[in-house]
Amino acid sequence: MHALLLFIAVFAASAVEMIEALTIVLAVGVTRGWRSALTGVAAAVVALAVVVGALGPALSELPIDGVRLVVGALLLIFGLQWLRKAILRSAGLKAMHDEEAIYRAEIADLEESRGVEAHDWYSFTVAFKGVFLEGLEVAFIVVTLGGSQHDVALAAIGAGAALIAVLAAGVVVYAPLSRVPENTLKFAVGVMLTTFGAFWGGEGAGVRWPGGDVALLGLLLFVALAALGLVRLATMRAPAGRSGVTAS
Amino acid sequence: MRALARFGRFWVDFVIGDDWMVAVIVVCALGVTLAATRLGWNAWPVLPLAIVLALGSTVARARRR
Repeated sequence: MHALLLFIAVFAASAVEMIEALTIVLAVGVTRGWRSALTGVAAAVVALAVVVGALGPALSELPIDGVRLVVGALLLIFGLQWLRKAILRSAGLKAMHDEEAIYRAEIADLEESRGVEAHDWYSFTVAFKGVFLEGLEVAFIVVTLGGSQHDVALAAIGAGAALIAVLAAGVVVYAPLSRVPENTLKFAVGVMLTTFGAFWGGEGAGVRWPGGDVALLGLLLFVALAALGLVRLATMRAPAGRSGVTAS
Repeated sequence: MRALARFGRFWVDFVIGDDWMVAVIVVCALGVTLAATRLGWNAWPVLPLAIVLALGSTVARARRR
């Protein structure tokens, strides 16, 4: 019975962390391309293997709050910059595709000068941070819950099962996600990066969010409503002649 | 060397972006949150308020340009 409870607890806790990482990777991959995002995932997995292999049970001594604070701060800043552009585009204060055009021109330039496909550091970094932080938290869960029940192997199996389930969910979700209009998707990615950044940054700063991980949903709703409210406000007050683009 | 310079530019662009005030507000908000929690206050409302402040002010500045 204890073994079953341990398996369920590790499976559920790990799945929550993995869904957070999957959300970020899907968001970055769908909006900016998969090559660099998946390279970021692979690099994070290698870094995690090195950290977990080197530290083993001593992993629980790592200053996880410091990691959360730094990753959360960077993600929050990046998410807000991303959301700012999405709000301006939706309000008609910025052309819909100028970012995309600039980005593609830069990539084309780099590819031409180097003769190889250019690397998108943004996708790489965001995917790396998301997977590394969440992976570290999953390793924590396995070490602490498994260690307390003297069955780390079973805890690792629970985390492995969660990984398979979350990856399967990602495959199912990918197709409908790729049909969402581009600016809507970018808006949603900005909301999500901002939400995760604030959540992790807050945890790293010692905050206990009301309701624990459930607070993520409330924070997501809050950020989405604030951003939509700003689109509305900016659209109402947009200078004449600068608009002409509608929110999708 | 060029790759290193490009990597450095990426990080500057990543943190500062189009409006450096966003990064300043985030760093200040996290600093206030950290200090408040150390003093015993569970300061979770600070970050949501900082998000509204950062977004509102950066969109307002963009409109004026």
